[in-house]
Amino acid sequence: MSGYFILAILALAFILTFQIAKASEYVSVLKGEEKSFKQNNRINAFLMIVFLVLGLAGAWWCNELFYNKTLLAQPAASDHGEKIDFMLIITIAVTGVVFLLTQILLFWFAYKYQFSERRTVYYFPHNNKLELIWTVVPAIFLTLLVGLGLFYWFKITGDAPKDAQIVEITGKQFNWMMRYPGKDNILGRKNYRLTDASNGNALGVDWEDGASHDDIEATEMHLVVGKPVQLVINAQDVIHDVGLVHFRLKMDAVPGIPTTLWFTPLYTTAQMKEITGNKEFVYEISCDQICGSGHYSMRGVIIVETQEEYDAWLASKKPQYLTVKEAAAPAPATADSTAAVSVSNTSKPLAQLK
Amino acid sequence: MSSETITHGNAVAEVHSHDSHDAHGHEHHHEESFLSKYIFSTDHKMIGKQFLITGIIWAIIGGLFSVLFRLQLGYPEATFPFLEDLFGKWAAGGRISNEFYYALVTMHGTILVFFVLTAGLSGTFANILIPLQIGARDMASGFLNMLSYWFFFGASVVMFASLFIQTGPASGGWTVYPPLSALGQASEGSKLGMDFWLISMALFIVSSLLGGLNYISTILNLRTKGLSMTRLPLTMWAIFFTAVLGVLSFPVLLSGAVLLLFDRNLGTSFFLSEIVVKGEILPNEGGSAILFQHLFWFLGHPEVYIILLPAMGMVSEILSVNSRKPIFGYLAMVGSMFAICILAFLVWAHHMFVTGLNPFLGAFFVLLTLLIAVPSAIKVFNWLTTLWKGNVRFTPGMLFAIGFVSLFISGGLTGIFLGNSTLDIHLHDTYFVVAHFHIVMGVASFFGMFAGVYHWFPKMYSRFLNNTMAYIHFWVTFVGAYLIFWPMHYAGLAGMPRRYTDWSNWQSFNMFADMNRFISTVAMIVFAVQLLFVFNFFYSIFKGRKVTSKNPWGATTLEWTTPITPGHGNWPGDVPEVHRWAYDYGKDGREFIPQTEPIGANESKH
Repeated sequence: MSGYFILAILALAFILTFQIAKASEYVSVLKGEEKSFKQNNRINAFLMIVFLVLGLAGAWWCNELFYNKTLLAQPAASDHGEKIDFMLIITIAVTGVVFLLTQILLFWFAYKYQFSERRTVYYFPHNNKLELIWTVVPAIFLTLLVGLGLFYWFKITGDAPKDAQIVEITGKQFNWMMRYPGKDNILGRKNYRLTDASNGNALGVDWEDGASHDDIEATEMHLVVGKPVQLVINAQDVIHDVGLVHFRLKMDAVPGIPTTLWFTPLYTTAQMKEITGNKEFVYEISCDQICGSGHYSMRGVIIVETQEEYDAWLASKKPQYLTVKEAAAPAPATADSTAAVSVSNTSKPLAQLK
Repeated sequence: MSSETITHGNAVAEVHSHDSHDAHGHEHHHEESFLSKYIFSTDHKMIGKQFLITGIIWAIIGGLFSVLFRLQLGYPEATFPFLEDLFGKWAAGGRISNEFYYALVTMHGTILVFFVLTAGLSGTFANILIPLQIGARDMASGFLNMLSYWFFFGASVVMFASLFIQTGPASGGWTVYPPLSALGQASEGSKLGMDFWLISMALFIVSSLLGGLNYISTILNLRTKGLSMTRLPLTMWAIFFTAVLGVLSFPVLLSGAVLLLFDRNLGTSFFLSEIVVKGEILPNEGGSAILFQHLFWFLGHPEVYIILLPAMGMVSEILSVNSRKPIFGYLAMVGSMFAICILAFLVWAHHMFVTGLNPFLGAFFVLLTLLIAVPSAIKVFNWLTTLWKGNVRFTPGMLFAIGFVSLFISGGLTGIFLGNSTLDIHLHDTYFVVAHFHIVMGVASFFGMFAGVYHWFPKMYSRFLNNTMAYIHFWVTFVGAYLIFWPMHYAGLAGMPRRYTDWSNWQSFNMFADMNRFISTVAMIVFAVQLLFVFNFFYSIFKGRKVTSKNPWGATTLEWTTPITPGHGNWPGDVPEVHRWAYDYGKDGREFIPQTEPIGANESKH
């Protein structure tokens, strides 16, 4: 019912606007087009200045409202993120000055040079000196921004430190799967044709590769504070993107083409709870590349913790190889909750996987 | 504004109705059937109107889609039973389903980028303005021109039909990245709807090429006597560069679309490799999903300038006419458009900084991308200087032109953030990007288009649009555009990802519910005001105030030397000869000097 009501109001507003518009056209004909043109011109010129003033005030107000909700209000949680934040501030400063200068000139000129019968325009078709100035000055500032940007870009995308912890993250519609290399620090070989989620091999690991036998699989990512980590990023079905908003990082997950990303987490999850004053704080992995109808819900969690906590967590996990082997054995073992093994489905023995 | 033209008006109309001089119009002027005049017309003016009206219809559909998904984003908890009445299973329980949401987003992008801002903008103004401003009877090939529209119409029909498929239209985003768009198992929209999308785009590209080749050859070959390239109005230069961009880049998208069709239907593996989808192991190996992105963005980035350049050209023209002052730095304006045109081909990979692209390669794309800011800055400062010490008339066209400059500045500056790969790592695919491209490419180009419609409507239909409605249209749209997109930058700086149906389950992004409600509300108001414009447009075609003089804006260019209602062939007598550039406003104490007037003996040089 309220829907019809709104429609009726809209229709009325439409008709009203139309009638006023038509009437004002008749009035302007009666008054003389010259006169109504001048009147309209004055009103619009005045509105230009009103827009400028209210616009700038509105921008200020908007900043007051939202600044604290952005990440600018809290420190970046990774070393790379700090560089990106610094770069962001510099860019905001440079573009901010240009923004204010040009917008103020635009609306001020529009207002100041509004039509007047007394004014003769200044015939000013070109001026090489001026044009040179506003070619060269932007070019200099842009060179600085490019230089700074690329300096950081190569640092961020450069090689990971040798001692970096390796974590594999694989995206599929619509969740993330993690794999840790275990004691040997080598991820076991994979072959996508071996993928068999119902038999505990959701990632398609090749169990024939000995390096895979100590690999640990998980649904959450655990990282050690202050220790560099290299993510090896995969996708199984479509393109996803590992979005690490608090670390200010992001990298696509592309089927068939593994990508990497490294960084050093600076604060544990517990520390971030204090820094942000949000008791619910959690590092989230968001999928940042449209991947289907569940894209918006493709959420992962990262827990950054101290070395001791991490070691304790790791010790509590059983390598996936063992879990699968036990599940395939005649007496079903208690399945690891993270492995999503369908224990009842043991008709396909492990041997068959090989 | 110009008194001498008023007296000419009637006389010329008289001549026109007798059709005594129109060499080209002889055979078909009197006997034109409805079909040849309005449907299969080869008259550039009619084809332009066809593009414009088709574009308007698409704009309403595309805009309406954004209102629908803004309902979901602004009021995620609410249910709207009328949606279920309209869309059935797509909005079961009055809530837009996820599939429907993504279909709406995808179609909104596709429709507005291609069907409205490419075909509707270039198609309209290239067709209407080229022959009129260069002094030609018609396009180089009227027949190809007609085909260009009808291929566009065909593309429209296919795309429109895809909206009614049981599995829905394409829903993988307007960029249709495979494998999502290649695998029917991965998404409902990647079933039949995606084939329709690709076929429609193929037809669209044919249309665009036919049109583009025609625009280029017409501008190069059919200029009237005395009209050298450096005397062309900037609209012509802009359209020329636009056409060159389109002709060189659209074929690349065609190749991408064809290969994707093969991958979808013939079992090839151009873009597919090592895929397990919904537990099913696919045989495809060795393809590259990233290859498609290169093919797509090799068009996709020039496409941004295909959309923006015509708007820049029209804005330059309209700013100059209504400041009663020459455009400042004509050659620099042409040069900067040329630079943008070249650079447009060399920056496509800045959309791909986080795809795993080689960082060394990425560095070149950073440099080339930020280089575009230099010609852009030149343009902005030249527009500002054009206003400086002018005598500004705020016609509706002028208001939109000023609005364009403001939006171009705002949206252009955020491009400096995104083009810098270091910042792009953080801001990529967040609302910052949404805000950036909507302002600079979406709204700004729409403003250019509106400016053009208001400015040349008297030439198209011999009537004026209603001024009061135009002012309401401008101010509400202008303020609304900033209210919608300015706050989005903040959501982007919080890392809020785009293309999310709902953020409520996220710790990191759930704090913008109020903002989203506000944005949705403003979006609906702005949409309603666009409908007011559409009403004004159609009403004024039939009932608008009549144009009584040939040159209502007091402009120098050739289109205003034609009769109030030009027939097929445009000029009843000989095509006028040109003696000067297009921007002699306020010279030697005269308000304006038409291009057709010979240079006087005592005239000062510029």
